[in-house]
Amino acid sequence: MHELSIAMSIIELAEEEAARRGVQVEAVHLRLGALSGVVKDALLSCYEMVCYGTPLQGSRLLVEDVPVVIFCTTCKAQRPLSSVQLFHCPECGTPSAEIVQGKELEVVALEIKECAPNPV
Amino acid sequence: MRTEPRLIEVRKNVLKQNDVTARALRESFHAAGVFVVSLVSSPGSGKTAFLEKTLTLLRPNNRVAALVGDLATENDAQRLARSQAPVRQITTGTLCHLEAAMVQTALEGWDLNDLDFLFVENVGNLVCPSSYDLGEDLRLVLISVTEGEDKPLKYPTIFNSADVAIVSKMDLAAAVEFSWETAYNNIQAVRPGMKVFQVSAKTGEGMQAYLEFLVARLAELRHTASV
Repeated sequence: MHELSIAMSIIELAEEEAARRGVQVEAVHLRLGALSGVVKDALLSCYEMVCYGTPLQGSRLLVEDVPVVIFCTTCKAQRPLSSVQLFHCPECGTPSAEIVQGKELEVVALEIKECAPNPV
Repeated sequence: MRTEPRLIEVRKNVLKQNDVTARALRESFHAAGVFVVSLVSSPGSGKTAFLEKTLTLLRPNNRVAALVGDLATENDAQRLARSQAPVRQITTGTLCHLEAAMVQTALEGWDLNDLDFLFVENVGNLVCPSSYDLGEDLRLVLISVTEGEDKPLKYPTIFNSADVAIVSKMDLAAAVEFSWETAYNNIQAVRPGMKVFQVSAKTGEGMQAYLEFLVARLAELRHTASV
């Protein structure tokens, strides 16, 4: 269960970016690979918990699931895996350990609101 | 004036800080010519016995040391100290994995130039350690014959973060009707081409081939560094 420390890192990263640009974060967009070693549901509940009392309180974590894609040396092409239990090309069956994507754990964007004063 | 939310691009790895520390560690290991091996496995699969045997067998001809991660006790460090190699415990508290910064802190005061091999035993866990680079050259994932042959299928992520698999407690294989072929095929299914060693730390079976592999990798590292 390391999702708590991952959530803390995400919030730290977003807070830093927001402070640097003088903006308020409404949502954090995260790319999460199937081989990142992070469980999405656990991460989402940790995020909410860790946000509490920080400038990101009330913000949302939007997770884009990134499937595993391998490079098949027979097809000379990138192929998405249907299961992480079998690293074989789904087209021709050639085994491949060449992972093109699926390990991502990356904050890609922030949805922000400028910190302009609001008229009542 | 109320503004509409807008999107700003960030593109930052969440574990960037760990990766930066790990990279710095790897550079310092390579500069000193020390080959670093980390071990991951579930609790009770025999990491410490395997490491004790490794240290004992390597020590006559190589300068070895170990860091050992554990949640609460220092039992593992005491066991490993029997090998006469320098050993330090990293007590993680409730943290389920080691991070690069913990390795860095644990190494303080040790001169890396005095070492050929450094071993880092992670906390017993097949999930969390997979996300954290520790600056090692080689990551070993251990599974024992008593755990069943399907461990690789249950934890494909850790197998994909490791370089070599070790099947331990081979002396118990017959007693638990362990199928080497099934286990090997499962490892190859989640990590095609992965090198696998069968060992018994108790009887010493298979240890020689694995140690020769490590010694060859150290020679390779030093050769690359001197070119």
